[in-house]
Amino acid sequence: MSSGNTRALEGNSRHPGLNLGPAHAQEEDTREEMVFGFWVFMMSDLILFGLLFATYVTMLGGTAGGPGPKELFELKSAFIQTMILLVSSVTFGMASLALKYREDKARLVVWLLVTLALGLAFLFFELKDFHSMFDKGGVPSRSGYLSAFFSLVPLHGLHVTGACIWLVALLGQMAVHGLDAPVKTGILRLAILWHFLDIVWIGIFSLVYLGGLS
Amino acid sequence: MSDATSLIFGRLGWDALPFWSMLDDHSAMSIINGVIATGAAGMVVLGILAAIVLVTWLGKWKYLWSKWLTSPDHKKIGIMFIVIALVMLSRAIIEAVFMRAQQAVGLDGGFLTAEHFGELFTTHGTIMIFFMAMPFLTGIINYVMPLQIGARDLSFPVMNQISLGLTAAGAALTMISLVLAPFSTGGWTGYPPFTELSYNPGAGVDYWLWAVTLSTLSSTLTGINFAVTIFKKRAPGMTLFRMPLFTWTALCTAILMIFGMPPLTVATGLLALDRYLDFHMFTTDLGGNMMNYVNLLWAFGHPEVYILILPPFGIFSEIFATFSGKRIYGYKILVIATMCIAILSFTVWLHHFFTMGQSAHINAAFGIATMLIGIPTGVKVYDWMLTMYRGRIRLSVPMVYAIGFIMLFVLGGMTGIILATPSVDYQVHNSLFLIAHFHNMLIPGLLFGMLSATNFWFPKAFGFRLEERWGYRAAFCWIIGFMLAFFPLYVLGLMGMPRRSVAYFEPQYVPWMITAGIGALVILAALLCLLIQLWVSIRDRHANNVFAGDPWDGRTLEWGISSPPPEYNFPVIPEIYSIDAFMTEKDRGQGWQAPDRYDDIEMPANSAMGVIIGITGLAMAFGLTWYMWWLVIGAGLVTLVAVIARGFGRTTTRTIAACEVQRTHEHWLEQVRLTHPIDRSLEQTTSNHGRPVPPIEGAVQ
Amino acid sequence: MSTRQLNEQEARECKTEQRSYLWGFGLALVLTLIPFGLVAFADVERMTLWLTIGGCALAQVIVHLRFFMHITLAKNKREDLLLVLFTVLILVILCGGTLWILFDLYKRMLPGMMP
Repeated sequence: MSSGNTRALEGNSRHPGLNLGPAHAQEEDTREEMVFGFWVFMMSDLILFGLLFATYVTMLGGTAGGPGPKELFELKSAFIQTMILLVSSVTFGMASLALKYREDKARLVVWLLVTLALGLAFLFFELKDFHSMFDKGGVPSRSGYLSAFFSLVPLHGLHVTGACIWLVALLGQMAVHGLDAPVKTGILRLAILWHFLDIVWIGIFSLVYLGGLS
Repeated sequence: MSDATSLIFGRLGWDALPFWSMLDDHSAMSIINGVIATGAAGMVVLGILAAIVLVTWLGKWKYLWSKWLTSPDHKKIGIMFIVIALVMLSRAIIEAVFMRAQQAVGLDGGFLTAEHFGELFTTHGTIMIFFMAMPFLTGIINYVMPLQIGARDLSFPVMNQISLGLTAAGAALTMISLVLAPFSTGGWTGYPPFTELSYNPGAGVDYWLWAVTLSTLSSTLTGINFAVTIFKKRAPGMTLFRMPLFTWTALCTAILMIFGMPPLTVATGLLALDRYLDFHMFTTDLGGNMMNYVNLLWAFGHPEVYILILPPFGIFSEIFATFSGKRIYGYKILVIATMCIAILSFTVWLHHFFTMGQSAHINAAFGIATMLIGIPTGVKVYDWMLTMYRGRIRLSVPMVYAIGFIMLFVLGGMTGIILATPSVDYQVHNSLFLIAHFHNMLIPGLLFGMLSATNFWFPKAFGFRLEERWGYRAAFCWIIGFMLAFFPLYVLGLMGMPRRSVAYFEPQYVPWMITAGIGALVILAALLCLLIQLWVSIRDRHANNVFAGDPWDGRTLEWGISSPPPEYNFPVIPEIYSIDAFMTEKDRGQGWQAPDRYDDIEMPANSAMGVIIGITGLAMAFGLTWYMWWLVIGAGLVTLVAVIARGFGRTTTRTIAACEVQRTHEHWLEQVRLTHPIDRSLEQTTSNHGRPVPPIEGAVQ
Repeated sequence: MSTRQLNEQEARECKTEQRSYLWGFGLALVLTLIPFGLVAFADVERMTLWLTIGGCALAQVIVHLRFFMHITLAKNKREDLLLVLFTVLILVILCGGTLWILFDLYKRMLPGMMP
């Protein structure tokens, strides 16, 4: 699949994430700066998550006689959330492609709405998970371990919530202003956030859920 | 308290007023402390009232709003950052004088209560780090860096406003804590479990927590802004290795801000969860572990040290080169040393807690890493000395600070190497030796750097020189005051006096303590000299005006434009062919030229975002501190709506017409032509109007 | 706004990029199914299991970076790539250091905190 064609495409790329290419040349410099800036912010955020991961690992032993991962987590639910997030990453990719090649508002909006629905579904399952953990006595005030869990995983959920709000705001902007340059830049940055959150989730399901259940 | 009032005011009651305890408890100690606290609160209230009355009386509200508060101009934002820093510096120095006074008479007592003393050292540290040092260096980088790389503004001007708003909110919160007391007594590091709710249920720790969090967010955004600007907005031809050294250090500092601030966000965030939502991250029970906090805090704390010290390194590099009339010695080596320091700074954080109880081999590893930082720093010192070697040195005010820095900083560095040895650290940790060490790094390093930068770039920003006589007095007072105030602390530390002690019972300490107290007074005199210098300079501004823009025979781009620069900085973005770009231009006789053609310039439009986010940030932090939940929710919603609404706006730029640019630029060029060029030796006289004589042909610049 | 007419080359590029996303999806799917499947159904020795989970996670992160974030080794992407690598370096130092320090501390002083 790595044909010469793809290479040529990458040769023109100026920032992380999908590049819109020459057909969208208007304001390309601003866009490069904005997307690069957002990328830097993501890296800063990554340090934040990384340290929360490390702190989580150091708190694994701090269950203080309370429930641990084996009593609290459900593999099925974690798998469903993983799948939802992965598929949403692809649907966002399709939205980006619709933006780049078609400038087809209808198609773009449909893909974005599908992504939004998947994001909300993810949040629904995550909240359901927390609810069942609470029922089993897994509340953050129970132990240091649970505090660490609830400082890490819900933070990812909060990011997803923020991304969903941003998505709705972008759809609103599109309704008012059409598919203009700021909306395009917004979608590119949101795409980066969305894919980034999926990467953080890889860490969460591997370390927290699979690590805890094995 | 009834339900309704507690719904509105949370846990804020009359007892938050600083004189309240005085009314119940009539002991002499309580009266003295009450009077001091009330005096401080009164100064805050009077200061705010005076500012409001003054602005109203001058009829400047509209000017203040449209020309400053909502201005996206990096130069104005930089100046506002520095104003915040100077206000907070004054407060923190006064607090330091109180602490020194207390300890000078602290044998078996003194006049401050332990509680009051605790608040003093906590606010002093918090303010000096987060609301003096950070805004000061952010302000200087904000002002100078875009000028040095030939840019018209930062990459994200509105985000810059938001950074300013957040820092101002944090500073305001610490000021409010003087009126609605208390502040935390947990030190600027706020170690749990002392700062946990069970040991410290009052509002003090929460004030500290939210003030620091606001500052952290501000610095993270600032770091991103600086880094992206330096990566993406350099003038054509300015490759990375043609950037001025100050810009290099600004880049490294920005990178440290981006990667060093998140650990603090994690630490304070988790502590907040502990205090507000009954988490058990750092508690002593239910599996909490306070060592995690120490680890996270210093994972921020050590990069922070280099965030503070790298910009002064850059400033001194510029100053040594300019006032020695020579190109900087070993430019590339200095750049590499800066990068080494930036990366090494992430590998040493454990030396702040050698005594926590980990194995000796871990201590050894981090101790060695710490000593390694001495190598690139030493290289820098040699490079600066070699820059001065055989230069024609002019002992201007910035240069006095720079020479004071180089000598005192090396001494401080030596004590740092001593402290980096774990076995020695076991003896002197938590003693005044440590206090002496880090003040020895931060005052000659950071503060001298900032003050010399102010003296150096002030004429650029305001169009007139700072008066030199009072400048020298301030500089010498700082140097002498510093030595008097902190060298005795080395001795006291070795004699075994712990830091943060309100009183002591060893009569041998007294003479050293009194010396240190005198030193604090000399530093207070230095602060007064700075204020007088400012006053005298403003008074004599017409005689000292340097509109032509180059009072020091400068080397880098910012000296090639008018003083003060126009809003768009450069009428035409310059092309760069070498380091020290402006000196090269002058050398070739190409300075001060009119471009072939002018274009319309697009600049960011004014925006109220910074003010809005600053106010809502302050409201949220205040609400959280006093449990006024309605305020927190309301301010949060306003923030969200403001951010979303901003996304819907489309007029974010305004255009300055080419003819206006041309008129401004040609007027300035005409003035430059009329300015009499002066020799470098006359730069401190009133004949200096900002145009140096051209270099002698063939002379090495 | 109506659908833009694509010229031949653009149509080809569009296909390639679409396929690239689907490749990414396929690889990520496999790398997710392996660890989940092992934990759910197989009875593997713990250390091997952990290493497999970790390896798959790392591989999947790279897949995401490559196919979804378009971070590649191409020459003009170096700035982004450098930034990622630098971040990884800092992460390794900070997280590795944290684990090293705290678990050593637990061994010496807080055996109860060992998981």
